Amino acid sequence: MTTRIPRIAPSEITPPEVYFDRRRFLTGALAASAGAVLARAGAAVLPSAAGAPLQYTNDAAESVGALVHAPEQDETPNSWEQITHYNNYYEFGTSKSDPAAYAGQLQVRPWSLAVAGEAERTGTFALEDFLKPYALEERIYRFRCVEAWSMVIPWVGFPLAQLLQQFKPTSRAKFVAFETLYRPSQMPGQRMPILQWPYREGLRIDEAMNPLAFMVVGLYGRVLPNQSGAPLRLIVPWKYGFKSIKAIVRIVFSEQQPVTTWSQAAPNEYGFYANVNPHVPHPRWSQATERRIGAPLFHERQATLMFNGYAPEVAYLYKGMDLHQYF
Amino acid sequence: MTAHPLASSKPVLGLSVERRYRLIYKPLVFLACLAPLAWMACSVFGWLGFTPPVDAVKFLELRCGKSALNLLMLTLMVTPVRELARLPNLLRLRRMLGLFAFFYVVLHFAVYLVLDVDLDWHQVATDILKRPYITVGFTALVLLVPLAVTSTKRMMRRMGRRWTRLHRLIYPISALGICHFYWQEKIDVREPLVYAGVLLLLLGYRWVRSPKMWAVLAPIRAPRSALWRGGAPARVAQHASPGRLAAVPAGSASQPVRAHNRSVRSSVANDPCAGQ
Repeated sequence: MTTRIPRIAPSEITPPEVYFDRRRFLTGALAASAGAVLARAGAAVLPSAAGAPLQYTNDAAESVGALVHAPEQDETPNSWEQITHYNNYYEFGTSKSDPAAYAGQLQVRPWSLAVAGEAERTGTFALEDFLKPYALEERIYRFRCVEAWSMVIPWVGFPLAQLLQQFKPTSRAKFVAFETLYRPSQMPGQRMPILQWPYREGLRIDEAMNPLAFMVVGLYGRVLPNQSGAPLRLIVPWKYGFKSIKAIVRIVFSEQQPVTTWSQAAPNEYGFYANVNPHVPHPRWSQATERRIGAPLFHERQATLMFNGYAPEVAYLYKGMDLHQYF
Repeated sequence: MTAHPLASSKPVLGLSVERRYRLIYKPLVFLACLAPLAWMACSVFGWLGFTPPVDAVKFLELRCGKSALNLLMLTLMVTPVRELARLPNLLRLRRMLGLFAFFYVVLHFAVYLVLDVDLDWHQVATDILKRPYITVGFTALVLLVPLAVTSTKRMMRRMGRRWTRLHRLIYPISALGICHFYWQEKIDVREPLVYAGVLLLLLGYRWVRSPKMWAVLAPIRAPRSALWRGGAPARVAQHASPGRLAAVPAGSASQPVRAHNRSVRSSVANDPCAGQ
């Protein structure tokens, strides 16, 4: 296994303005006592303003799922501009530029989350309390859309497994389902019956407990902008992007496989699993290759990797399953 | 058929209708048809303060495709507009609109071929054979080629009535183009449906108009009132069949009608494609 990550210096992957901001923060943090830093590490503090710097201490290059499986590919993260201006977020419209144009009107404070279903601890929580137990970390993940384009994105968040364990799911919790906010007054796309609102997604509990599954509150070291799913979204890097639900308001542990929005809209095209798989084409297009957003105009498509390059971490979850059937 | 083209050729600004079209209208339409290309170039290269699209390849693919569809619709609008607005000379612009539609279709395919799949011929072949929306789009492109090749005045004269029949392919081509657009959408098909609606209107116009035209053009036809009373059902069915979208009757028409039609054509000799 070749480790390519250390060769990508932060100065190469981050737009200068973000990068310099972050260095300033880190310098400040280092100047503070080590004890203070450690104290902070145990409790996520999420400023309410989009774009405000976040506090985390890890080195993404050494985090779980660091990009080590595809040394032949260019894994330079996409720019802030690309990541935040090319979004599929139909709650704000079906064009890729709609979310950046219209997500600003969404009020993400106050925000509360409901946890329900097969768990010992359930209830409704204010976002601030909800996030308190977790230390934030940065992870650079590949992001592969079902439309056959991809990006590399430096997220900030915490493992989904940590969150789920907080609520002590019972033995009957075989699945975990997520729901996006339904607020047509601030989400103009929800006024059209393009999809069945609210948007719903789900994972098998063992998938959700995999260390790669990540709850995200930040991007490029800053608070997540609304168009990227603020204040809290899921990232499941080995699955197509539509599994990574945004603006989560509800988490339900269930015994039955939950209904998910895209598989409901077109069951023959989008499955519950939606694992990135170059060998199983979408009925209308191939999934064997992808176009990396931001690549030069005459750049070749690149091969799509099994489980988006995360096979060593997640392939065990699907042992013995026919992935053509469970696509 | 509206007035004879020459009937409206009063001089305006001291220019005959031929010169107005040649010196003013055609150059303006030519520039307007290039506007989508200019927009794409400015966007992709960031000229004139345009913001480059995040995904330039998809942007170019989509803009070329939509420009082609827009121009196809405009081409099909020429006949209704010149008839309803009594602007028979609009026909002089139709070839240019049609050729620009072809231009953007070719550009669309070139972007797909060179920028999207990087001349991966295996991928191209698989796409064309196995992906229905690409099969449909590619069929439309192939069918457009003979139309573009035979668009010259010389070919019009040489082919005569066969030219008209060949160029009726524009109707299925437009339908295929819209199918192609519809089929590649993930879920939001509102825009392709708008195109489909426009195409239906344009085809519907031709369908509705054709019996009326026949009432004027074909004295052999039974009076309209008799038709509605079931006077000549066979002919009504023939005239009103959806396949009969153009005004000029196809080969199945009766002999006197054909003869009549020839005489119509000869009267608009400089517009051999008139009435399509």
